[in-house]
Amino acid sequence: MHMADALVAPAVAGCMYACSTAAAAYSVHKVRLEDDAKKIPVMGVMGAFVFSAQMINFAIPGTGSSGHLCGGMMLSALLGPYAGFLTMIGVLLIQCLFFADGGLLALGCNIWNMAFYGCFIGALCIWRPIMKGGATKKKITIASILGCVLTLQLGALSVAIETLLSGITELPFAGFVGTMQPIHLAIGLVEGLITAAVLCFVHEARPELLWGTEESDEKGRFSFGATVGILAAAALVIGGGVSLLASSDPDGLEWSMEKVPGTAELEAEGAVYSAASGIQEATAFLPDYAFQNSESALGTTVSGIVGALMVLVVCVAACLLFRFFKRKKAEA
Amino acid sequence: MNQAIRELQSLESLSKEDRWVNNLHPLVKLFVTALFLVLTVSFDKYNLAGLLSMAVYPLVTFTIADLSFADALKRLRYVLPIVCVVGIFNPFFDRDIVMQVGSLAVSGGVLSMLTLMGKAILTVLAGYLLIATTSMERICLGLRMLHVPSLLVTEILLIYRYLTVLLKETRRVTNSYALRAPGQKGIHISAWGSLAGLLLLRSMDRAERLYESMQIRGFHGEFYTGRQESMKKADWIYLAVWTAVLCALRFLPLTAVLGGWIA
Repeated sequence: MHMADALVAPAVAGCMYACSTAAAAYSVHKVRLEDDAKKIPVMGVMGAFVFSAQMINFAIPGTGSSGHLCGGMMLSALLGPYAGFLTMIGVLLIQCLFFADGGLLALGCNIWNMAFYGCFIGALCIWRPIMKGGATKKKITIASILGCVLTLQLGALSVAIETLLSGITELPFAGFVGTMQPIHLAIGLVEGLITAAVLCFVHEARPELLWGTEESDEKGRFSFGATVGILAAAALVIGGGVSLLASSDPDGLEWSMEKVPGTAELEAEGAVYSAASGIQEATAFLPDYAFQNSESALGTTVSGIVGALMVLVVCVAACLLFRFFKRKKAEA
Repeated sequence: MNQAIRELQSLESLSKEDRWVNNLHPLVKLFVTALFLVLTVSFDKYNLAGLLSMAVYPLVTFTIADLSFADALKRLRYVLPIVCVVGIFNPFFDRDIVMQVGSLAVSGGVLSMLTLMGKAILTVLAGYLLIATTSMERICLGLRMLHVPSLLVTEILLIYRYLTVLLKETRRVTNSYALRAPGQKGIHISAWGSLAGLLLLRSMDRAERLYESMQIRGFHGEFYTGRQESMKKADWIYLAVWTAVLCALRFLPLTAVLGGWIA
């Protein structure tokens, strides 16, 4: 589910960075409030554990294929939502830098799609309510499977929305979502089963390591209203903020508009519309950019490509010369 | 797993080499990389010409830093499949002809697919350039200078520090399992919990020992590098030159003018 840099527009990437930064700042604040110095090394080692556990192939009975652990849900069941979220940020950053699994620019999107849903929604809305009154193997299994399936579904939906808003694919939104969701349903089920197996083992061996399973665990607990508030804010950010910022590049939306009412744009008037247009104009990255003297609004001409190739040829030749003289110098 | 360990060690040794690019200030490299990524992905989906010109940055910097393009392009294996899945449908849905090369008519879908692939390749090269010339410690130092909380930075450094250790431990465990279960693909369902669970408990115990040893050495939650990083003349020049070149390539119609002059 890791998104590459090529799949996101700068406005979408920036907006998701802002959302993820806000969640990270809140998590840092909450972890600091706990005032537990041991938490940092535990987070570090658990991040490395999740990374290495992702490399293990778990055989899926009767299919001949294997599944992998993802880790967001497991981390939040062991460290809690805030420390788990920060740990996932570290894992995603290292994956992106060292293995090019996800991009640096798309890191905000990946943190949101995998860490936010896995840790905040998974821990606060699924794990803790189910664990109320103490943990049992049955409860752990239900919470793990439900958590992994739901958070992966949310993550996959976010990937589809972010890709659509970035305007880089002609694939219809319904088709993209229709492909993403069933695949991630299967992945979520397998991941949920693996997570459940590991957490059930931990529950048997060292039950005190599981987060949110004690009845007296009141510290830092969100009320139902606060949880709904977080979810509503998340929905507002995704539904309102992202679409507002990304509306400067509305190709995917235009496509769907043309299919439904038969026109690419809706007529709109009023103060709200004017204000939104002002924000859009102010934040639009390179609006209406096109080459000079080019009749094509697409900004692509054969001469442009010839020019670019010329630049590259000169550049490659210069690089080869540089290496040639460097080698000569080293030999001398 | 072996490949992951090899890649980590190879990148670590590359980043520790004493080269001019490696010794540049980490914030300068972070800024230039971020600028390159933003400008590259901001190109219109049909603007292949402009995108091609951005290849100047990896070409020049790879040459100066003496890095291997082959090693960098191997990293595309994670990115390219998903980019292909997203882009491969463009030629089917966008059939409008947007360009004529001699007798060959190129549709918008083909052009946007090529642009998407180009963006994927360039952004992966830029990421490799950063990590192959800047050690994780220096990247984290740069993050601290940007006021990223010490809690997060220290945690990232610890993940990185223990990654190789735990990868090797996981390799030992899975190798031992494979030797006892020859011909079996992956870990059997009966051992899912116990195998990964034991690894987890051992990691937790390791974290406990790590915490104790950190305390003995006087750890109070702050990360100290022991070296002063200040901007030198070379850093300013590198920053100014690449900012100017990248912005010129992005905002000025250089390729169209050059192409029109030749054609």
